[in-house]
Amino acid sequence: MTWTELRTALAAEGYVASDDLAVALQLALSLGRPLLLEGAAGVGKTEIARTLAQARDMRLIRLQCYEGLDAAQAIYEWNYQRQLLTIRAAAEDGETGRAVEDRIFSRDFLLERPLLAAITQQAPPVLLIDEIDRADEEFEAYLLEILSDFQISIPELGTIKAVTRPVVILTSNGTRDLSDALRRRCLYTYVDYPDRATELAILKSRCPEVEARLADQVVGFVQKLREEDLEKSPGIAEMLDFAAALMGLGIADLTDDPAVLQSTLTTLLKTQSDQARITPEVAGRIAGRAA
Amino acid sequence: MSRVTKFASRDPGPAARVAGFIAHLRENGLRLGVAEADVALAALTHVDAIRPGDSRRALRAVCTGCKEEAERFDDLFDSYWMDMGRVRQKVVPKAKSPTNDDVHSSRDANGGDAGASGSATAPDIEGGEAEADGTGKLIATNQRNMRRRDLRDMVRSEEIAAAEEVARQIGAALRDKRSRRRIAARKGDRLHFRKIIRHSLSTGGEPLRLLRRKRPDRTRKIVALCDVSGSMSVYAQVFLAFLAGLMRADSAADAYLFHTRLVRITEALRDKDALRAIGRLSLMADGFGGGSKIGPSLMRFADTYAKRFVDGRSVVLILSDGYDTEAPRMIADALAKLRKRGCKVIWLNPLKGWADYSPVAAGMSAAMPYLDLFKAANTLGDLAALEQELATL
Repeated sequence: MTWTELRTALAAEGYVASDDLAVALQLALSLGRPLLLEGAAGVGKTEIARTLAQARDMRLIRLQCYEGLDAAQAIYEWNYQRQLLTIRAAAEDGETGRAVEDRIFSRDFLLERPLLAAITQQAPPVLLIDEIDRADEEFEAYLLEILSDFQISIPELGTIKAVTRPVVILTSNGTRDLSDALRRRCLYTYVDYPDRATELAILKSRCPEVEARLADQVVGFVQKLREEDLEKSPGIAEMLDFAAALMGLGIADLTDDPAVLQSTLTTLLKTQSDQARITPEVAGRIAGRAA
Repeated sequence: MSRVTKFASRDPGPAARVAGFIAHLRENGLRLGVAEADVALAALTHVDAIRPGDSRRALRAVCTGCKEEAERFDDLFDSYWMDMGRVRQKVVPKAKSPTNDDVHSSRDANGGDAGASGSATAPDIEGGEAEADGTGKLIATNQRNMRRRDLRDMVRSEEIAAAEEVARQIGAALRDKRSRRRIAARKGDRLHFRKIIRHSLSTGGEPLRLLRRKRPDRTRKIVALCDVSGSMSVYAQVFLAFLAGLMRADSAADAYLFHTRLVRITEALRDKDALRAIGRLSLMADGFGGGSKIGPSLMRFADTYAKRFVDGRSVVLILSDGYDTEAPRMIADALAKLRKRGCKVIWLNPLKGWADYSPVAAGMSAAMPYLDLFKAANTLGDLAALEQELATL
């Protein structure tokens, strides 16, 4: 499969990928390397994993990272309740010692968390490790071991080797610098806000019912808005919300009614100071330029 | 005509060319190992390597590791593979001679022409002379200094070692902020009794897992911004040594230089060889000793890097004299924006050490309301004396 075919397959699922991203994804698939995606919030980093899973008919396993994420929640945990019940039951049956111990530390009593689940699938899944920059550095070290060897050591049970290699996609918003070791093991792509033509294609594939003229205005408006000095630039999801809001209100032209335009800006501007900065006059001016 | 580089006929083949390309990237500061050359070759077999666009994208995915590298990659790719048909002599990476480190090579390459233009456009490259002639007045200048100045002439390695010690103390004073409360932790010094009892319910009242708690470290991260404009060049020696020391003492610290532009120097200063770190710095800080645009530089910092590296646990340390050529409003706005991220802002001004100094420079007085601490610092000793003040912050 070449990257152009991959891009077509993704487009069929409604994801318009840039050439860079398509090549990187195809390499990640064929070389079996993890792919690290960085970029601002709302440029479609998480979505690409979901779409890839759909397009290639693979299962998606998602691990959402957060501060304090540890091995018990990311890799595996013993099912303590079940173990305890088994011990009680065994005591009543008169069973003791090693037999019970062997039984309660077997695979049946292991709760699989996303990372363990990802390497024990029969068919290779897509493993999405979302917002890796939120996890602690210790967790990054765990991850390195798993990403390089695709095996997990459980002290009571031994080493579990990967049945199949998952396609690993990591995303990062850049809230902290990732370690060089992790970066080295991954292929890397910086996902930027799409250019005008790409964004128009995204809007058309997600909301086919938007009229061409309005779609053009919406994309032009959002693109111009990103050039303004905002705290939080609107992402693609916000752009789609904005288009949906305009559709819902039955607006055919952005420049028609400044008051309605201003009220729909709540879908694009997500902080108080941004809302204060884009006054109706500014919004009108941007809409005028975008039209 | 094709722009693709024509390699010499004795060139040993594609593998050597790719290895040569990796070496080329490495010389330009990308951190690539032997394994990357392997992956790069493998990657090329999976795309249509004849088409330059495809090869470029594939190699970019393999060889870059962060946004800055990705942005530089296109130029590096062009300079190696798209050499306008010029024959390149060396495609096989050869062993480097011990004297030829990357700092020397690139400095020699363009040091001459940069120096030639410098004399014409830099009227006051020596801030020290202004002080020496008795007027005692340092003013901000508008000009960008085009001459590249070698910072290694100004900083000696013993000073860096001394500064490292000071930086380590200051770092420790700022960092040792343990919380009063204890929170749940995997490795704690005490048992988390309430949690144990709650958990034991699911195991029939038997406390099977002993949960622990500890006092979390509320580490403070130091972010230093150093002004290296003309008016500051007398003090640059101390401050640069301090920054170099800080970087070496504290792996979480972050450093920037600014004059008319803002440059992140964290990576350069982390170089294992202290003097080479300063050498890399002089390559990055071209315009050193020129004019100062404090407001725009701080604003740029608040808009870009601060979003990634500054949070409520950061201490932003600004080393500057406050002489700015831009409107003082900019400084105030930038600092207000920074403060919103919840960080502490400390301004160390070398001029404050002068007798009868008052912050009358428009920029400085605009900044005053936003500062948590405003102190003098001329020498390493002064910096070391700050330890007490910083600890109580």
